[in-house]
Amino acid sequence: MKARWFGTLLLAAACLLLPAVHAFAEEEAQLDTGDTAWMIVATALVMFMTPVGLALFYGGMSRSKNILNTVGLSFVSYVLGSVLWVLWGYSLAFGPDLGGLVGGWSHFFLKGIGVNDLSGTIPTFVFVVFQMTFAGITVALVSGSIVERMKFSSWVLFAVLWLTFIYSPVCHWVWGGGWLGSDGALDFAGGTVVHINAGVSGLVLAVMLGKRRGYGKQTMFPSSIVLTAAGAAMLLFGWFGFNAGSALASDGIAASAFLVTNTSACVGALTWMLVEWFVSKKPTLLGLASGLVAGLVGITPAAGFVDLAGAFAIGIGAGVIGYLGVAVLKPRLGFDDSLDAFGVHGLCGIWGALATGVFANPAVNAAGTGLLYGNPKQVLIQLLSVAVTIVYAGVGTFVLASVTRLATGGLRVSEEQEVAGLDSSVHGERGFVLE
Amino acid sequence: MKKVEAIIKPFKLDEVKEGLSSLGIQGMTVSEVKGFGRQKGHSEIYRGAEYTVDFVAKVKLEIVVDDAMLEKVVEVILASAGTGKIGDGKVFVLPVESAWRIRTREQGKDAL
Repeated sequence: MKARWFGTLLLAAACLLLPAVHAFAEEEAQLDTGDTAWMIVATALVMFMTPVGLALFYGGMSRSKNILNTVGLSFVSYVLGSVLWVLWGYSLAFGPDLGGLVGGWSHFFLKGIGVNDLSGTIPTFVFVVFQMTFAGITVALVSGSIVERMKFSSWVLFAVLWLTFIYSPVCHWVWGGGWLGSDGALDFAGGTVVHINAGVSGLVLAVMLGKRRGYGKQTMFPSSIVLTAAGAAMLLFGWFGFNAGSALASDGIAASAFLVTNTSACVGALTWMLVEWFVSKKPTLLGLASGLVAGLVGITPAAGFVDLAGAFAIGIGAGVIGYLGVAVLKPRLGFDDSLDAFGVHGLCGIWGALATGVFANPAVNAAGTGLLYGNPKQVLIQLLSVAVTIVYAGVGTFVLASVTRLATGGLRVSEEQEVAGLDSSVHGERGFVLE
Repeated sequence: MKKVEAIIKPFKLDEVKEGLSSLGIQGMTVSEVKGFGRQKGHSEIYRGAEYTVDFVAKVKLEIVVDDAMLEKVVEVILASAGTGKIGDGKVFVLPVESAWRIRTREQGKDAL
């Protein structure tokens, strides 16, 4: 993103090599129709990720008596995120900076933003909606840790609090002019803001809720790996908007992000498949789908900074780390991170954020120079941003979930509801009618 | 009269049915069942978590035959349902007291 903002100082250098960029920069106050057209499309792509891609990815992994509830958690997250964002989320994230910590309230209900206002070369309204889709998916990602047992009322309240007190400030720190971004932390499309934030919050919430009844003793078969695989492919489709759109322009950096996003995803899928084939003797479709998402998570912070070789390295690392996270670490630690929001998004997000500090290639984007290109300090900056996000998301989620528990009289559904399945007991509906 | 109950591998059903038809057996009842014997279940792995499926899908055939036919029927089932591998199934033979054909009220072996 963001790239352009960080890179203002470096534009002078870039203009020697790229006269076209220079000319472009001089006209920055003008609306660019190419950029605007692409960003509207990219925004629509990211929207598709939450109530469709992620909903199916998660829904297929939950038991058939809970599929509707699982889809519902993602669906309501997008809806809530959308409403909150135009009320106060955007203002808290991108409003005038208050001490580097949070944006002010001055853009409450998008006050003061008109049709002719620009963010860079695109209308501010497009930027608002683009960022809104990120808020929606981030809170939806958290739900993967807690499916099949959380009260819907608790989830709705928690999502509202989480978007307000965790997502919006962290988004401000990194992208909205806050202290992490000014510190030089590189996060192209949301390694810290989206994935570490969601993964760590999910883990804390999963531990607070406790395990699902029968976890580790009963068999818990996914309702449909077909849905999960289709959802993963739709996530990849939407992720082109997520990563290439984070260039906020229709330019070479967007093109590079577009390329490495797909490469890392597919290398991640292959890696996970091969590791699982070697360890448990079967190449599973769930493994392929999980590896695809792991590769996407890994490349997210790096998308506009790394070259093809970096994408391969990040994809391989994400496939291995994701697999180890869910198949080795989770059983050892014994927590019920049901659909592995932490294992896939948290761990691969951390990997991606650190890997960005290693593989960022200034030939791709002058705004980022990593360890391999002579800037070891970048790894430390990345490490700091990871640590800060982990602590803030972890502690913040503990506080917000405790408040939610008081307000909604407990976080969990009753044992009877859990056994019957949340689809019928909470929603009074069924995901499938098979008979 | 005897009732033959055979639990077999689902993919062997056609072979068994054809074998029995060629003996002149004119009817049978087939159901999809689940269970386990020495074969035990099988396991499925989801993101590294291994689940054992205790009950394996099988097909149960029920045929009532005249005593004179019994040996041939059992032999055909043993021959056509066998693969030599664990999980081929079982054959049970039970005595049958009486039988009626509902439409004609025929009794005994005429009803078969």
